[in-house]
Amino acid sequence: MKKIFVAGALSAIAQETARCFAAEGAAFFLAARDGEKLAISGADLKTRGASSVTVLAADFDVLESHAEIVRKAEAELGGIEIALIAYGFLPDQTACEQDFDLTLKAIHTNFISVVSLVMQLTPLFENQRGGTMAVIGSVAGDRGRPKNYVYGTSKGALALFLQGLRARLSRSGVNVLTVKPGFVDTPMTAGHAKNILFADAPSVGCAIHRAILARKDILYVPGFWRWILFVIQCIPEGLFKKLKL
Amino acid sequence: MKRYESWGRFPRAAHSVFALNWHSQEIDFPRFTNKVLAFGLGRSYGDVCLNDGGTLLDTEGLRHLIAFDPAEGIVDCEAGITLAELLEIFLPKGWFAPVLPGTRHVTVGGAIANDIHGKNHHRAGTFGCHVLGFELLRSTGERLFCSPDQNAELFRATIGGLGLTGLILWVRLRLKAVSGPWMQVEHLPFSSLKEFFEFSRDSDSRYEYTVAWVDCVSGGGKAGRGVFIRGNHAAGKQAQGEWKSKPAFLRIPADAPGFLINRCSVRLLNEIYYQLQSAKRGPFTMPYGPFFFPLDSVEDWNRLYGKAGFLQYQVVLPEDGSARLKEFFEKISNSGLGSFLAVLKHFGPKRSPGLMSFPKAGVTLALDFPIRGRKVFDLLNALDEIAAAAGGSVYPGKDARMSPGHFRKFFPQWQEFTKYFDPAFSSDFKKRMLL
Repeated sequence: MKKIFVAGALSAIAQETARCFAAEGAAFFLAARDGEKLAISGADLKTRGASSVTVLAADFDVLESHAEIVRKAEAELGGIEIALIAYGFLPDQTACEQDFDLTLKAIHTNFISVVSLVMQLTPLFENQRGGTMAVIGSVAGDRGRPKNYVYGTSKGALALFLQGLRARLSRSGVNVLTVKPGFVDTPMTAGHAKNILFADAPSVGCAIHRAILARKDILYVPGFWRWILFVIQCIPEGLFKKLKL
Repeated sequence: MKRYESWGRFPRAAHSVFALNWHSQEIDFPRFTNKVLAFGLGRSYGDVCLNDGGTLLDTEGLRHLIAFDPAEGIVDCEAGITLAELLEIFLPKGWFAPVLPGTRHVTVGGAIANDIHGKNHHRAGTFGCHVLGFELLRSTGERLFCSPDQNAELFRATIGGLGLTGLILWVRLRLKAVSGPWMQVEHLPFSSLKEFFEFSRDSDSRYEYTVAWVDCVSGGGKAGRGVFIRGNHAAGKQAQGEWKSKPAFLRIPADAPGFLINRCSVRLLNEIYYQLQSAKRGPFTMPYGPFFFPLDSVEDWNRLYGKAGFLQYQVVLPEDGSARLKEFFEKISNSGLGSFLAVLKHFGPKRSPGLMSFPKAGVTLALDFPIRGRKVFDLLNALDEIAAAAGGSVYPGKDARMSPGHFRKFFPQWQEFTKYFDPAFSSDFKKRMLL
């Protein structure tokens, strides 16, 4: 029975990953902002086979709350084997260009807050010398593009932080998984026109479930994004400036 | 990327889409300037799932389970959950869907709206017979729990109500206890309709699931031949062992050229199918997946019919009208239009609570026709005439072409039905039927 802490548990992707673990009888501590929806998601996981589900309404933008949330999760679960950090904020890029507060909010939610939470979790994982911290980043973090570089910056900075942490924690047997989804059809992208590259949340969620069990380091999901991003990263900057990507 | 089209891909329609993710979600109906319609997985063949120029409320995200009573096998779930997912979750616990159609990829909400039926209709009736209740959201913002005891009229109007009475948010469904994923199956080749009726009479009391495939393209001595398939859930020793459903082994990635499905290829496919199916007589044990959903092994098989799409025609003739079946086969055979998938089954007398439910005691025939100009429409109109004269009816949930006049003859209760419409909801079917 896996003991799982999910931060941002109402994200469509997190719910799907949790459903896969629920079918295996996992125990959950779910935290997210909306208490009413948490109750629905909790009942869903319970009905699908979760051995226990505890929910907590929490706003991860409030950094001061992180220590207490982690303490509660650990106490409730009796240790945390898997932490899945799935909250994020996708701002409108053009709006960000005129609005530092909005830019800061994206960087705060997607980067600063996650760093704070990961740092609260790290000693716990180090002490138990095992487990997995899985964090949802984005392919947008692999290269800055005019279309979404604010979001990309927050996710790219996060990936760099996790990369360093992964190397450090590997000595203690702790796994750090950076998930890099491409376009996923979720409420987060509801306002975006869909194209052939969009993946559905259930398949992305289940891929994360498999990657956690396989103790992967980095997961591009769907897998073809690894190759798309490889190509994009190979383009020399001089040429890249001129492309409308 | 999800395609918002019907399974028959005729007619075409353009929509805006609004995705739903929680049954608790507030929906501000006045914000939609046009009419709305719930859309699940688009497995309805005809235009009941289309709303050209309007908005589709995509229910695929409504997948939360709410509660399960393991003693009674009663599940509360959001309306967008699929029968595939219910089977995956509850079969290991010994519970099965009470009624299954020919594909597992349908939502529970869609199963109610079309009041679907399956190979066990002669025993179990329709899907609606196993629905204990559901919550219906009306465009006034009211959330009504509908059951045989509460809001009973809306309950009846919504089962088989083609999505026109409001939005089904979540459903209370009674599952059926089984011993495992295995089926005990027998194939009986037959050479005439008379034999089909004999097999059916002989089997329906002893077999929970019966269906027949019939060859309606071959003429002469082969006319009316087919294979009668009957099965029960395996019990005891045969029910041992796990079985996990596999993803489709083949996916049709693009539209096939229109000429692929023609008289010759259909004739050939019928011959191959007949030989293969009649060769394995059994009784043999097989997993439930290929037994109930043989076509699910080819994803997007509807693309084989090409860009123009295809029509599915399902008719039921009452017991005393089943002699007219022969007329159907003659008309189809004479038309030169072939149907590869011709399915014949006896419906039982069990009544659905649904006001507009399609099945009634008698025999039902389902056919697929590629769309190539007028000819197929003329043929189906002629078949409608025969059905109307025999006191039968045609399945609205699969229809894309019947006339409003025929519809009203088939469903004389249509006027009562319109009383329960939600004014914010519409569909291409509703508009076509001038409702």
